Amino acid sequence: MSDQTDQRLENAMGRMLQFGVTVAAIVVLAGGVLYLKHFTGPMPNYNHFHGAPAAYESVHGILKGLGSLDSQSLMAFGILLLIATPICRVIFGVVGFSLLRDRLYAAVSVTVLIILMLSFVSRR
Amino acid sequence: MSVLSFTIAVFGSSILAGLLGALTGLGGGVVIVPVLCLVFKIDLHYAIGASLVSVIATSSGAAAAYVREGYSNIRIGMFLEEATTVGALFGAYLTAKVSGNRIGVIFGVVLLYSAWASLRKTAPQPKAAQPDSLAMRLNFRGSYPIQGGKEEYVAQHVPAGFGIMFVAGTLSGLLGIGSGAVKVLAMDQVMKLPFKVSTTTSNFMIGVTAAASAGLYLSHGYILPGLSMPVVLGVLAGSLVGSRILVNAHVQTLRLVFSLVIVALGAEMILNGLTGSL
Repeated sequence: MSDQTDQRLENAMGRMLQFGVTVAAIVVLAGGVLYLKHFTGPMPNYNHFHGAPAAYESVHGILKGLGSLDSQSLMAFGILLLIATPICRVIFGVVGFSLLRDRLYAAVSVTVLIILMLSFVSRR
Repeated sequence: MSVLSFTIAVFGSSILAGLLGALTGLGGGVVIVPVLCLVFKIDLHYAIGASLVSVIATSSGAAAAYVREGYSNIRIGMFLEEATTVGALFGAYLTAKVSGNRIGVIFGVVLLYSAWASLRKTAPQPKAAQPDSLAMRLNFRGSYPIQGGKEEYVAQHVPAGFGIMFVAGTLSGLLGIGSGAVKVLAMDQVMKLPFKVSTTTSNFMIGVTAAASAGLYLSHGYILPGLSMPVVLGVLAGSLVGSRILVNAHVQTLRLVFSLVIVALGAEMILNGLTGSL
């Protein structure tokens, strides 16, 4: 195991995480500005649980709303980018450990990636 | 209250929560959930949804700096993520089955434990007599920078640490928090890793752990864009400022005061959960 190549993988992960958070925060902020600028009507009721509107309950729904320039869909899209950031970090792990010929940790990264995917395919 | 003034109030509170979370080392999630529930009377499931998203943001935002400094151990982190992500899926599944009041009581207990854990003085760990064979096979070793050189370390009691990580993941998924206090317990106290390696590796793992619950939270309808927006941006801003202050200032007294705030929030959550008003 070479410490130097490990360090390079760590640095790449760090930069990727920072980049992902920055982009996601900008998208959420842009959506937020649009939302507050154009919001009319009564304050939504957050005191009792009735679920989020169906359009924001799936990746597909959020991407569809994005096409119609809906401000809440834009905020939700920023949130999706945020969720995608650590997932990308795991993908970095799969690629990085494979390049380092570290089979054990490439397999560990693939396992974590599969568990993460389960969260998105499982339904209520 | 109009949507604008509500959003500004939540944004301001989230900045404070992020600041407090960074200064106590507990993370913004454990602070913002009780604030949203107790002050803004927001449903617990919406609160943990918004919190979970903010946890991903602060973990990823701070991990960049930690990874560069060379304290976190990505191998140990990624291996233990197998336990935390499975736990997180289980915890997120439980949120739909357990009543809000019960979740509130568990939340309060975790808050009290976290406050206690953050105040506890950690004695320097004695060096392990002989290396753990499983730890050697898994390559759970490394070195971290100390004054004038590098300090080597090897993990101990890997199976016990792995088990506690599953619990940490379950709490993260159930409560929408990073559960850094439990992750640090597993690495620092059980696996006998150096404290700095434990805290930074814990932070490194928090984002991936939270991402494992995020898919279920999304399909359960816990993540409201309009509510999550001010929470995420506020907690992120607050924690970035907080970690700057942490580097420069003498924070011992501040930490004590904030821990008392956490204890009060925890007690209030337990009380509200027991009386059925969450």
